[in-house]
Amino acid sequence: MTPRIDVNAFLGAYPWRKVPGTSPEMLTNALDRVAIDTAWVTHLPGLFWRDPTEGNAWLYETARGRFQPVPTVHPGLARWEQVLSDASQAGAPAVRCDPLYLGLEPAGEEMRALAAACGAARLPLMLAVRLEDGRQRHPNDGAGDLPAAAVRALIRSDDQLRVLVTHADRSFVEEVHFGSTPDEARRIWWDICWIWGPPEDHLATLLGTIGVERFVFGTGQPLRLPENSVAKLDLLDLSKEQRAAIESGNVKTLTGS
Amino acid sequence: MLVDVHAHFYHARTPRADWRERNVSRLTAGARIGISVHVASILGSWGLTSPIYFPSPRDVTAGNDALLALQREHVDRIRGYVCVNPNYTAHARAEIVRGLDAGMIGIKLAASRRADDRLLDPIAELARERRVPVLQHIWQHRRRDWPGQEASDAVELCTLARRHPDVRFILAHIGGGGDWLHSLRAVHDVPNVYVDLSGSGVDGGMLEDCVASVGVNRLLWGTDLTMDTGWAKLRYLELLLTKEELALVRWKNAARIFPPGAFPTD
Repeated sequence: MTPRIDVNAFLGAYPWRKVPGTSPEMLTNALDRVAIDTAWVTHLPGLFWRDPTEGNAWLYETARGRFQPVPTVHPGLARWEQVLSDASQAGAPAVRCDPLYLGLEPAGEEMRALAAACGAARLPLMLAVRLEDGRQRHPNDGAGDLPAAAVRALIRSDDQLRVLVTHADRSFVEEVHFGSTPDEARRIWWDICWIWGPPEDHLATLLGTIGVERFVFGTGQPLRLPENSVAKLDLLDLSKEQRAAIESGNVKTLTGS
Repeated sequence: MLVDVHAHFYHARTPRADWRERNVSRLTAGARIGISVHVASILGSWGLTSPIYFPSPRDVTAGNDALLALQREHVDRIRGYVCVNPNYTAHARAEIVRGLDAGMIGIKLAASRRADDRLLDPIAELARERRVPVLQHIWQHRRRDWPGQEASDAVELCTLARRHPDVRFILAHIGGGGDWLHSLRAVHDVPNVYVDLSGSGVDGGMLEDCVASVGVNRLLWGTDLTMDTGWAKLRYLELLLTKEELALVRWKNAARIFPPGAFPTD
């Protein structure tokens, strides 16, 4: 049985609405429910804190066994390089920074510095396009969606950088992929959680046009039902090898492991 | 038995060159999911010769004709809603009679006129006479007007539903965008409004809130434009509900509100 790795999961409460299943125990139950072996997890409340890295200590303590920590880095705060170093030391598979939640220019000076540092440290940088559908957000949740131009700018800013983009839809993926050189595009991976299945068949189209090797399994749980990403794959006609690549194999090329 | 109460098909006179592929994809995915019947609508020309949500009478008729042809072609798997534009009252009423007489089983109201507008009363009255449900396109908590549609939200649908207590209304795609919590609070005590679970949203907690707010007797399973999210919600409901409750959501509630004989095993 091929392992299934969820690269896009969270622990902890969401500030804008009640979300069930945010504890480590409940997330473990969800992993069992949909046969996910390992989940990359970020401390969800920390994303909304002025210093999001304050959630990382708890994350390192909690993210053991089937969880792997993806700590948050805020390149606008002093000593952020130490956070990156801690992540490397802790064996984190990636670090994340969602600039619009932190009030940063998405491809500004701080983000480019982080991109260069991630490239040098050989740590993938994870960016979410969004966490919730823009039409349903809390009236005070004014963070915009990550622009596709920012991903293009960041990947061009450092030739060692590898990026994992989550919660992107078809048009976003296409805009970045075909707006990048082949070398740049080879350093970007996409999680499948926000890409539509049939009858529009956006995921099937992208797998054909962009390549199976660019996609990894992610769910966005517990904000989203993890069943969705499994259902997307179950609705595709994939070979065993292609499915294994999406569910775990491509993660190895992303992390360089 | 599994009834998808919110499906769409396309036809040749739409902007989509891939209309055949999309129709085939829906039926193929439906077979894999186990959908017994797709209850579908076609919104006029899907924007080719009049706007999607404001279809001209001519496009309304052409779209309904295309759906009737699909229903005849796939008599075991496809049923139709008669789509109408209530701004053309006489045409809308005549089209409903024509469609239902030809075998369609419900009425689709998109976003041509606000749900609480009195112009919808003649449509609702006909739904009562013919004992068919009305599927109303909903923007969950519409805080402003959106371009291209005169969208309604749950509060406005409930106003219509209270004026017509003998008509069953289906609140469209609770996961289709907007604040679904607002809708669930609004429909809680309006017993003739049913909630269709379709839409691209698969938020954690949404299904629990649906069950808590309206109960399993007023939930209807559907997909709309994303069948993967529909299947995901169905899989989650299999854990959340008892077998009997799940059967209500899968098809029994639909069998109760659509006309007798609408579905094969009905």
